[in-house]
Amino acid sequence: MIGQVWRWLLDGTNWQGGTGITHRLVEHLQYTGESVLIAAVIALPIGAVIGHSGRGKWLIAVANAFRAIPSLGLLFVVAMWFVSRLTGDAAYLVPTIIVLVILAIPPLLAGAYSGVSEVDPAARDAAFGMGMTGPQVLARVELPCALPLIFSGLRSATLQVIATATIAAAISVGGLGRFLIDGLANSDYIQMAGGAILVAALALVVDGVLAALQHLVVPGGLRSTGPSRRKRRTAAAAAQSAHAA
Amino acid sequence: MKRTLSVAALGIAAALTLSACGGGSDNPLSKGSSAAGNVPTGSAGAGTIRVGAANFPESELIAAIYAEALKAKGVKATTGDPIGAREVYLKALQQGSIDLVPEYAYSLLTFYDSSATQTAPDAVRAALVKKLPAGEMILDAAPAQDSNTVTVTKATADKWGLKTIGDLAKHSSEVTFAAPSEFQGREQGLKGLKRKYNLVPKNFRALQGTAIAQALKNNQAQAANIFTTDPSIKADGFVVLQDPKHVFGSDNVIPLISKSKASKQVQTILNAVQAKLTTPKLAAMDKQVQVDHKDVSSVAEQFISSNGLS
Repeated sequence: MIGQVWRWLLDGTNWQGGTGITHRLVEHLQYTGESVLIAAVIALPIGAVIGHSGRGKWLIAVANAFRAIPSLGLLFVVAMWFVSRLTGDAAYLVPTIIVLVILAIPPLLAGAYSGVSEVDPAARDAAFGMGMTGPQVLARVELPCALPLIFSGLRSATLQVIATATIAAAISVGGLGRFLIDGLANSDYIQMAGGAILVAALALVVDGVLAALQHLVVPGGLRSTGPSRRKRRTAAAAAQSAHAA
Repeated sequence: MKRTLSVAALGIAAALTLSACGGGSDNPLSKGSSAAGNVPTGSAGAGTIRVGAANFPESELIAAIYAEALKAKGVKATTGDPIGAREVYLKALQQGSIDLVPEYAYSLLTFYDSSATQTAPDAVRAALVKKLPAGEMILDAAPAQDSNTVTVTKATADKWGLKTIGDLAKHSSEVTFAAPSEFQGREQGLKGLKRKYNLVPKNFRALQGTAIAQALKNNQAQAANIFTTDPSIKADGFVVLQDPKHVFGSDNVIPLISKSKASKQVQTILNAVQAKLTTPKLAAMDKQVQVDHKDVSSVAEQFISSNGLS
């Protein structure tokens, strides 16, 4: 079976056209990108403000409770409501995006909140001591310091959305889920396995890209990858001693 | 180093998962009743008939009727959650995870033989008997028919002046077609519609169950595959397009059963049910289930008791 799945994946004709893998990959990335972006716009500011002010922590708990909602069931309910209110593809696309946004908000919110609230108090006090205002402390000290946890929330949200976007196919939307749903309906298990591998591969690749982005964006002093930090410090020490000499 | 290790571990885990479902067979249902969680459960002893159903309401209803009729005469029978499309539940039957499933004569025939030309009920039956896998048999066909259709809204029919599927084909480029996903690959589906009417819809919308009629009603699709017994045809004033070239044939309800379970007694019970099952009765029960949201098994029990089958 593994051989057949490979042949399916490597067959160029399966990659072409409106129902081909390329098109489905682009659709899948599009749904994922839109959902995570909308969720980030909603969740990151709220999480940062809660973390900064320490007020409204119950919102985090409420958002975490949303993780328990089964996405597929929610999708059907939302789609049923929209089907008579929107026309054409939007009637199925909008419910899909809504469900994925709801899925992505909790990890993003938790990341932003815990990132900001767990900033070293000494750093925060120092910033206040230098005369910064509350918003300045948030923007210039807390947020940069929170970046590692914000990124980990972003990565976990993105992974969940990529995996879950497959359910969109159940209400006739595209994306890689089409291979799973159509494969099952036609008992084409090769196509199903191929689709599943593509989803997993996409998740790994996107996570890799986000990890690289994180490496670029997060200030060097905050990176948790021990060796590089130590290396930099030894390099600095070496430079200093060279100076002294 | 840590990262490299975890990536390697992931790769190994993936390989293990793959080979676990590979197992020399290309079919996750091949392990019989232990494999899929959605086949009938319960104490499936030697004498128990496990009645399977396709994933649409009428199939579940007929499966419940068969099970209730068997139970009423003292034969153990169980039903389970709906299994899936024909492509899937026929495999379940062949591999012995279910014993009996309600079928539709012509749809079943074209599934085994896509070039079948028989359309009359008796001819369909005769052809079907020859095509069945060894170990399976059909019982009496019911008078009840439920065919696939190409259906449009009254508004669309008026606007384009539609009477037949051929009329719709002239508007192919404007049609989004709603149907279950498996409709794309079937002769009694897009393949047959293309071959016989040159109907190639611009878009295909893969949906399930009542969502199909919903999509048609709200114009997310301009044509749809809706069963003739579906209550939405009457309720929403849909127009069923005529099919002069017989893409869809005479689909009488027929039980498909494993020979090993088809004892004389079981056959007699089921054939008695079949004799009472007419199209109006079936449509009325479909309405009770799909529109009035009554419980499938209570509708089935009602049918059994009011037709003297208990």
